[in-house]
Amino acid sequence: MSLKGKIQKFTITRGEGETAELADYEIELDEGMVVLDCVHRIQHEQEPDLAVRWNCKAGKCGSCSAEINGRPRLMCMTRMSDVVDETEDGKPIEIRPMKAFPHVKDLVTDVSWNYEVAQKIKPINGPDEMNWEFNQNEADRVQQFRECIECFLCVNTCHVLRDHSLFDEFAGPRNLVRLAQYEMHPLDQEDRIPEIKKEFGVEYCNITRCCTEVCPAGIQITDDAIIQLKERVVDRYYDPLQRIWRTLTRQKVRY
Amino acid sequence: MTEDYKKYEYDVIVIGAGGAGLRAAIEAARSGAKTAIITKSLLGKAHTVMAEGGCAAALQNADPRDGWKVHFHDTMKGSKWLANWQMAEYHAKEAPDRVRELEQWGAVFDRTPKNLINQRNFGGHTFPRLAHVGDATGLELIRTLQERGIHEGIDIFMEYTVRHLLKEGDRVTGCVAYTRVDGDFHAFSAKSVVLATGGITRVWSVCSGSWEYTGDGHALALWAGAELRDMEFVQFHPTGMVWPPSVRGILVTEGVRGEGGRLTNSEGDRFMFDYVPEMFAGDHAETIEESDQWVEEIVSGKLATVRRPPELLTRDVVSKAINSEVKAGRGSPHGGAFLDISHRGEEAILKKLPSMHHQFKELAGVDISKEPMEVGPTAHYVMGGVIVNAESQETTISGLYACGEVASGLHGANRLGGNSLSDLIVFGKRAGEFAAKRSKDLAQPVIDDSQVKSAITDMLEPFNNEGGENPGLIYDELRDMMQAKVGIIRTKDELDEAIEDLKNFDTRRKSAYPGSSRKYNSGWHQALDLKNMVDVSYVATLAALTREESRGGHTRDDFPVPDDEYWGETLNIIYMEDGEIKIRQEAKEEMRDDLKDAINEVKAMIAERAAEAGGEN
Repeated sequence: MSLKGKIQKFTITRGEGETAELADYEIELDEGMVVLDCVHRIQHEQEPDLAVRWNCKAGKCGSCSAEINGRPRLMCMTRMSDVVDETEDGKPIEIRPMKAFPHVKDLVTDVSWNYEVAQKIKPINGPDEMNWEFNQNEADRVQQFRECIECFLCVNTCHVLRDHSLFDEFAGPRNLVRLAQYEMHPLDQEDRIPEIKKEFGVEYCNITRCCTEVCPAGIQITDDAIIQLKERVVDRYYDPLQRIWRTLTRQKVRY
Repeated sequence: MTEDYKKYEYDVIVIGAGGAGLRAAIEAARSGAKTAIITKSLLGKAHTVMAEGGCAAALQNADPRDGWKVHFHDTMKGSKWLANWQMAEYHAKEAPDRVRELEQWGAVFDRTPKNLINQRNFGGHTFPRLAHVGDATGLELIRTLQERGIHEGIDIFMEYTVRHLLKEGDRVTGCVAYTRVDGDFHAFSAKSVVLATGGITRVWSVCSGSWEYTGDGHALALWAGAELRDMEFVQFHPTGMVWPPSVRGILVTEGVRGEGGRLTNSEGDRFMFDYVPEMFAGDHAETIEESDQWVEEIVSGKLATVRRPPELLTRDVVSKAINSEVKAGRGSPHGGAFLDISHRGEEAILKKLPSMHHQFKELAGVDISKEPMEVGPTAHYVMGGVIVNAESQETTISGLYACGEVASGLHGANRLGGNSLSDLIVFGKRAGEFAAKRSKDLAQPVIDDSQVKSAITDMLEPFNNEGGENPGLIYDELRDMMQAKVGIIRTKDELDEAIEDLKNFDTRRKSAYPGSSRKYNSGWHQALDLKNMVDVSYVATLAALTREESRGGHTRDDFPVPDDEYWGETLNIIYMEDGEIKIRQEAKEEMRDDLKDAINEVKAMIAERAAEAGGEN
């Protein structure tokens, strides 16, 4: 069904922090629009100072995360045809900023915490010689994690952070994916298991898989990254055989 | 009204945090300079993230017959011989190590059967040359540089927009910025400033550029007195999405054609066979059978023994071909051409082109493993830009450097796909290195309060325009005008009109009103962006009007052929004098003899291959 010409109502968070409230708008739709197009139309035709963060509008940069009708999604990859379908007739489509992060204004939040955690993660540490050799199967395991576009929707959805605010104890799904990417790199020599257990608090994750569900890049965050890291922590701290092996050889266990 | 501002002191300030900016900052910091990056967006979001197909470097992993000379030749030929040969030489020689270095910093490129970095075919590259990660190579590049960069002791100012370069006499000594989040002002003293702000393609309504592509660095350089060259050369990438309207322009990677994608018109013809220009005659397959054999060889990991399909001609050629087919009434339903990769099968497509599969499925409801895409030209890249010294990347003003898309020289009249990501890392490194070197012997410049105050007054100007137009509306109309009058095919009459229209836009933008708040006010940011957008549009239009020939990314309907004798030897130089944008011509520099020999050597090799494959020259 073409949406061209349809008059659609929206209700969007306006204002800052605790004084922010929902404001109503109405625009005429065009064929094939995504939610971000509608926000831009409201900006360009009605409210120039409506704050929204976006960059590529192609699902590649992860800047325009928001909660659309209560579901965390990228505004640029959410088609209006789908959102209109899921919205009760005559009711407005609701757009709110991500809830887990400090509010800046309108649809914009402060996501700097994610960057602060990233700073604490030890970078890759591999051979000094160029022309690294590893095969495509080894690359595959890591490449999945490197598809992350840092939209932080996973962090926004994680109960440990969204409901319990354990920002000081837990690194959040995005940065656990980053840790997994390094830990599973075929040539990385660094040992990050102690901080994955302590500082980055991998054990706080109780595997509800909410992060995986909202990931626009389709990364198997829980199964392929977090559970793998949990297993490595268990192997290190709770498996006596591995402890002996490490003491004797002083080598990192390869998986 | 007096406004407070914060002051900072650095050796090197890099403006922009895409591939070039990050690489420059890493190099500057590693050279011992106190370095900061100022970026309009959050880290890791810059336009580089959208690059898809790959990063060109003659690694010789996929085909041992490749080498720096072949890459140099391909770049020069693709540029229609207008590239700066010194830059093309550095680029071809240094790109392989820059790519290998990324691998050491954590980039995980696709592998060859021998466990090395794999390379794919792309238009204009004689051999498979592009290091890649599926079709999301830009993401890999920016994330790698970001993850390296945060451990180099670089200060990063996110969501700060630079509006003014500070000067002391003839040299650049810093910059002034506002913060997007709260609208505060900041003045930076710097011994060297590196522009790495990307391109200008947001001035066209059908474009593949991100929000940031508003020509900030081009304008900052121009306003500060630096010279630009050849801003008429704009690459319209042949394959952007055309349907639905809201996604029109979003890029469809050239990798689709590199992986064997076929272009057809509404009559089902592989029309590219009819559009091989004289300079490429004999380089490409002449029959569908030869094309298919090439794809088969490449897919099965063999060295190609026949010539590549004409779909892999350079971007300017393919864009104009699609444009002509549509004009002749043989376009697809929504005014493009069909691009089909479904013959490669779902498994290969999901492995090699996962984001394309996702993009079409999510945004257009098209499954590219089963049906063809509809594609058409989209404004993608500006070959012209700030003039730089090939070795150091210093602009024509001392203390100001430029690298990446904002700089010019490497691509001449047309850029080869894959040569942009390699440009970023090769010349990003050089800019950072030389900017740091220069800063070593200099005293910290003093911030001139009067310049900062005047920049702040300019930035606050839009708030005085109560009752004025919505800046977003002017922005939309400016882009539509540029699309209509300074698009892929140009004529004198339309360019003349565009010049007049731009004067009008300049008046209108001065009275745009964004509302009263300075806190994350997108309308205010847009009102300020409009100043550079109008100026860079004017620069591109003026240059297009001046160059009376067709070459690479500049096509004049009234001068449809290249004028090798004059314009083939001539550069357009654009500059600002007494507040007015002016243009003059300069002869290009004669190529060094040993490089001429290298070109001839490669030409002979290509002719030999063509003869073996049954071509005529």
